[in-house]
Amino acid sequence: MRLAGLYMLAALFVLLGLIFPDSYYVTVVGVTVCTNAVLAISLNLLMGYAGQISLGHAAFFGLGAYASAILTTRYGLNPWLAMLAGLGISGTVAFVLARPILKLKGHYLAMATLGMGIIIHIFFVQADWLTGGPDGLSGIPEISIAGWPINTDLRWYWVFGTLMLFSTWVSLNIVDSRPGRALAAVHGSEVAAQMTGVDTASVKAQIFVVSALLASVAGSLFAHQQAFVSPESFSFFFSIELVTMVVLGGLASTFGALFGAVLLSILPEFLLVFEDFEVLIYGAILMIIMIFLPDGLFVSGSRFVTQLLRKRDAGR
Amino acid sequence: MIDQLFQFLISGITVGSVYALVGLGFTIIYNASDVVNFAQGEFVMIGAMSAIFLYGAGVPYVLALVAAVLITMVVGMLLEKLAIEPAKNASVVTTIIITIGASIFLRGAALLIWGKDIYGLPPFTKDVPISIGNATLLPQNLYVMGGTALSVLLVRYFFDRTMTGKAILACSCNRKAAALVGINVNRMLLIAYGVSALLGAVAGILVTPITYTSYDSGVMLGLKGFCAAILGGMGSSMGAVAGGLLLGVIESLGAGIISSGYKDAIAFIVILGVLFFKPGGLLGQADSERV
Amino acid sequence: MQGGDNMALLTVTGLEKRFGGVTAIAGLDFQVEPEIVFAIIGPNGAGKTTLFNLLTSIYEPTAGTVTFDGHELTRLKPYQIARLGVTRTFQNLQVFLNMTVIENVMVGCHLRSRCGIVEAALRLPSVLREEKKVREMAMEALEFCGLEDIANRDASSLPYGMLKKLEVARALAAKPRMLLMDEPAAGLNDTETMVMSNLIRDIRGSGITVLLVEHNMGLVMEVSDRVLVLNYGELLSQGTPQEVQCDPRVIAAYLGE
Repeated sequence: MRLAGLYMLAALFVLLGLIFPDSYYVTVVGVTVCTNAVLAISLNLLMGYAGQISLGHAAFFGLGAYASAILTTRYGLNPWLAMLAGLGISGTVAFVLARPILKLKGHYLAMATLGMGIIIHIFFVQADWLTGGPDGLSGIPEISIAGWPINTDLRWYWVFGTLMLFSTWVSLNIVDSRPGRALAAVHGSEVAAQMTGVDTASVKAQIFVVSALLASVAGSLFAHQQAFVSPESFSFFFSIELVTMVVLGGLASTFGALFGAVLLSILPEFLLVFEDFEVLIYGAILMIIMIFLPDGLFVSGSRFVTQLLRKRDAGR
Repeated sequence: MIDQLFQFLISGITVGSVYALVGLGFTIIYNASDVVNFAQGEFVMIGAMSAIFLYGAGVPYVLALVAAVLITMVVGMLLEKLAIEPAKNASVVTTIIITIGASIFLRGAALLIWGKDIYGLPPFTKDVPISIGNATLLPQNLYVMGGTALSVLLVRYFFDRTMTGKAILACSCNRKAAALVGINVNRMLLIAYGVSALLGAVAGILVTPITYTSYDSGVMLGLKGFCAAILGGMGSSMGAVAGGLLLGVIESLGAGIISSGYKDAIAFIVILGVLFFKPGGLLGQADSERV
Repeated sequence: MQGGDNMALLTVTGLEKRFGGVTAIAGLDFQVEPEIVFAIIGPNGAGKTTLFNLLTSIYEPTAGTVTFDGHELTRLKPYQIARLGVTRTFQNLQVFLNMTVIENVMVGCHLRSRCGIVEAALRLPSVLREEKKVREMAMEALEFCGLEDIANRDASSLPYGMLKKLEVARALAAKPRMLLMDEPAAGLNDTETMVMSNLIRDIRGSGITVLLVEHNMGLVMEVSDRVLVLNYGELLSQGTPQEVQCDPRVIAAYLGE
């Protein structure tokens, strides 16, 4: 069944929330995991399926967050309208930049997306009349869904989890459809994709916008959940972290991206033990996995398990 | 006004020289192994920090500088041996992540060893300002420019006139053919990374007396060095040098005339412009795919 | 000799391509009638693949025009040319190795389906209907090429000969009017070549015009209705296979006088 994985994930998510509603690890870390998962899944559509490396994904997360923060605190706009505005802004930036950036390949594309992310981040830091500068904006109001105020960790867990499940569903849907195949075709051989009638520039631009929109929603919710935004959360380093999640799990795999997000969200909790060694170990892990398991942990792992099962069946 | 512009020019060429050396190091590695080394900036940082600490530990000044450069060269070669060589058939995305991982690793090591503080190095000679009109120049500025020029010339000589240099160029043109004529490709790559790291370290010790350094000062330098290489045309070593100098001057003028807060953004705006309109850069060529 | 009664499907006039100082294609004029197999042969480096790349807008011509079914092709992008009903296979395989066999062919059906990204993301009922239809169309193309048994295999696990057939199936899935085949028999053994030869005849039989670049003379002579010989980017000779075979200029070019 196509959505079996999604159903299992949903069941796990609901169970954890019902059984451990007061646990820090479930609610608070869970929210971080879900946020990162949405970002990783959206990035994976662009990087994994369409094969377009992006080192600036955090920028769209930030645009959504700052749009919500600024419009609700400085202009008193309704949070949901602010989120919509954030979607408009992220979508427009992505739309405008998509074609010139996605014409590039390989290192040039990496550099362009990097540049885009850094410029937007510098704007967050410098435009303090709007964004509050390096100290950020605080006092972001809480949101309610149909009168139900989202003001506890558990409620945020449900909200972010729903977004995460929705993103997973959307990703699985796209992959198994005409536009998804067109994307994979662009990744497989751009010239052959063109000859089957795929407007490759348009398809790449579309997925760039879709991934930006998903990141923007996550950003808006993030702003309300933290009640505070600062440029630090949307830097080039976070973009690299997101790329790491996608790549660690395995490109072109929705659940791989999820796996990578879970792993890297939980890892800092473990690395805290190592204190000063944290950065060093993070870098080492990245290198080792990319050198020895370039297909990513999740994809390599599933392949290994499938092969084991096949051998067992053959042996009977 | 002219004096102000001249002052910006001086600081621009100074910082541009660092970009030039970083960009040149980038290009050497790119040409030799087709890898974009995101850890390039860390060589600058390691060279500077090593020099500072050796000198602080009592090692005589000049010896500290030389030792720092050698240490960085070793780091560069270790990077090649341990991270690049095992992954030589990896895809573009994978190698990008590997070098990013390496840069994080090196930064983590620096953090561990040297902490978060900012450090400086005493200048080569006494800091007696030289006046040109209403602008001032420090002797160290001249050392940076001179040192860079000398390094570039030596590198040029190395690649144009020595067998080793030419062998490295052969590897970058066609690795299989180079191996077939008896060139030890792995050793050549090792040397290429060593030379590249050397250039980074030289940049570090030249400029730290002016700009100071800390464990994460390599990040932006590496990125801007990459910008310099793209600006000049990916793969062109003289282009990277020209690109670096140009970038430094544009940045300095922009920071001085428009706004200093957005200084870092300038380099990336320039590079986006280049990538959008002339990805081949000033001296390079556009890529094409053979079908 | 040109078919005066039949409206030519493809007309090439004054086509020229220069790469810097090298003239790859020089002032080429020819016409292709519908529903035939039209072969383009010539010694290595004669410009055959360059010609294909010009016809499909992968290269831009330095001069000249290409008209297909009344449409001027030189200004169009490759995907727009595909929309007019022209597909191709590639000399150095461009199979989507990151997908299964049937997925490759389903991409070939791209122009015969319509689902966009929003409908796909939300899995609207129209998507489900279309997926079923596309799968059927893809299976049809696979059956035509004899590949139906391996539909769910990873393309990356296939041997070379099957990959060549897969490219053909993918190109056919679009139900094109004209199919450009770039060295379909390259690297195939005798049995595989015979199968390919029959496949090309079947394709013509289904009403598709085939433009064929090929080195295998046996295949060319067996299967083609008309042959054009290129030498150094210029048209050396044109006619039926028999006429071209006996043309002394062609013999000289191949044997090198």
